[in-house]
Amino acid sequence: MEIYLPIAEVSLDVFVLLALGGAVGFLSGVFGVGGGFLLTPFLIFIGVPPAVAVASSANQLVGASVSGVLAHWKRGNVDFKMGGILLVGGFLGSLLGVWLFGILRRLGQIELVINLCFVILLGTLGALMLVEGTRTLLRSRRMGVPRRKLHQHTWIHGLPLKMRFRRSKLYISALLPLGLGFLIGILSAIMGIGGGFVMVPAMIYLLGMPTMVVPGTSLFQIIFVAATVTVLQAINNRTVDAMLALVLLVGGVLGAQIGTRMGAKLRGDQLRIMLAVLVLAVAVKLAVDMTVTPDQLYSAAPVL
Amino acid sequence: MRRARQHALAGILALAACLSLSGGAARGEPLVADLTSHLIGITGAFTGASVVLFGATDGPGDVVVVVRGPEHDVAVRRKRRVAGIWVNAKEEVFTGVPSFYSIASSRPLDIITTPAELGFNEFGLNYLRLKLTRGAVREEDMPFRAALIETQQRDKVFAETVGRIDFLGDRLFSTTLRFPSNVPTGTYEVKIFLIRNKVVVSAQTTPLVIAKIGVDAEIADFADRRAAIYGLVAVATAMVAGWLASVPFRNA
Repeated sequence: MEIYLPIAEVSLDVFVLLALGGAVGFLSGVFGVGGGFLLTPFLIFIGVPPAVAVASSANQLVGASVSGVLAHWKRGNVDFKMGGILLVGGFLGSLLGVWLFGILRRLGQIELVINLCFVILLGTLGALMLVEGTRTLLRSRRMGVPRRKLHQHTWIHGLPLKMRFRRSKLYISALLPLGLGFLIGILSAIMGIGGGFVMVPAMIYLLGMPTMVVPGTSLFQIIFVAATVTVLQAINNRTVDAMLALVLLVGGVLGAQIGTRMGAKLRGDQLRIMLAVLVLAVAVKLAVDMTVTPDQLYSAAPVL
Repeated sequence: MRRARQHALAGILALAACLSLSGGAARGEPLVADLTSHLIGITGAFTGASVVLFGATDGPGDVVVVVRGPEHDVAVRRKRRVAGIWVNAKEEVFTGVPSFYSIASSRPLDIITTPAELGFNEFGLNYLRLKLTRGAVREEDMPFRAALIETQQRDKVFAETVGRIDFLGDRLFSTTLRFPSNVPTGTYEVKIFLIRNKVVVSAQTTPLVIAKIGVDAEIADFADRRAAIYGLVAVATAMVAGWLASVPFRNA
């Protein structure tokens, strides 16, 4: 059954969209990341214009994150103070990002930048996660569960403007979450992703937050960053397809519920290695596509 | 299927009307033609559409039909390998490009007319008069021109083949104009030419409006005119949907 998307201006099979939303939701349920990094490339692949894919993914993300945060909030796993500061950074970052997006689009380089960002981010993170995951898997085989320090102290803890985050059991500089939020805000705007797959490792390894409060807090701030991006994209670039976002959301929420249950049954370290392999596979695919001589040397786009 | 049948029926009725018209065509007008519908509405279930064009001539001759969508500017970019990866390097902007182009003919174009007529009337994509924003298309810009046509064909907005026009007897003709699901909206120009002795002897133009109608039209219109409010509504809708979706699983 085809559905006409009023902003994307194409007709697409509604079941393909539901399945895509479902698969992404499933992944987000299993791994606790948003799955936007898969959604955007897939939307482009099935024929949604890249600019619309990015903006509508951000729109879809708003709903998906609300759904996720509610579940974490009930268990008290959201650090609102930390989320709030990440948010301020995220808001500023997304302002810059949407502005950059418009410029790059006019220059005809937006697709290149989207692809490059994905390759660099996914490649680095996938590799890091794979190394980390394999190491812990090997270590836990050799000797039970190792006792770990809450976090290591580095130069990062020497930064000014220190603040206490009770829920996260941290006393760190407010500049850290602010800068992290800023970075993710830019990525959200340019890539249409929530940045969960960047945010989650950064919160654990960089900020040293307890793993328990990470997904909820990350999702909490993603709601607002994604909402900002959606509104700004709608105003500046007219690329938000609310219809597309809604269909994806319906599939996504169902997928997430199934995914969460599956995730609970699998072992954490195995899960992390699986996610790392998936992330790396996407990065390699995108990287190869960029270097392979394209079928079409020329492309055409209407001038806005 | 049902729509196709309706179209066929409309075509037959129209042809019947033509029979009575053809008397008129014989008296004064050498060419009379019309569409079964002057409006194509794009709704949520839109998967493409076709419109029947029918008409009559006042005697033997060949007929050519050209459909053109509203004009716009198109940027064509060429990729080049930079440090191992392919990036858009050179850009040329064509101006006044029809957003849709298709042509139908009762017989092969090169048989029924001359290259001069083909060029003058822009019969076929090779004869489209295209300009760059910085001036005329020169010899070195030809690869960009070819690329523009090729990409538009791939997007199905430029027809790859010349459509058929069927004659019933030697006066009544009809053809089906087809539009893909991604057809651009706007006011189209459908131009019908009568050709005798390799020369266009008569032409008629009729408009065709392709517009979003219903809910989709309102969404697109709203998104354009009230962009900020549309963005906020899109966010609110997603939030409510996300919240609603989590309700059934609340106790799980």
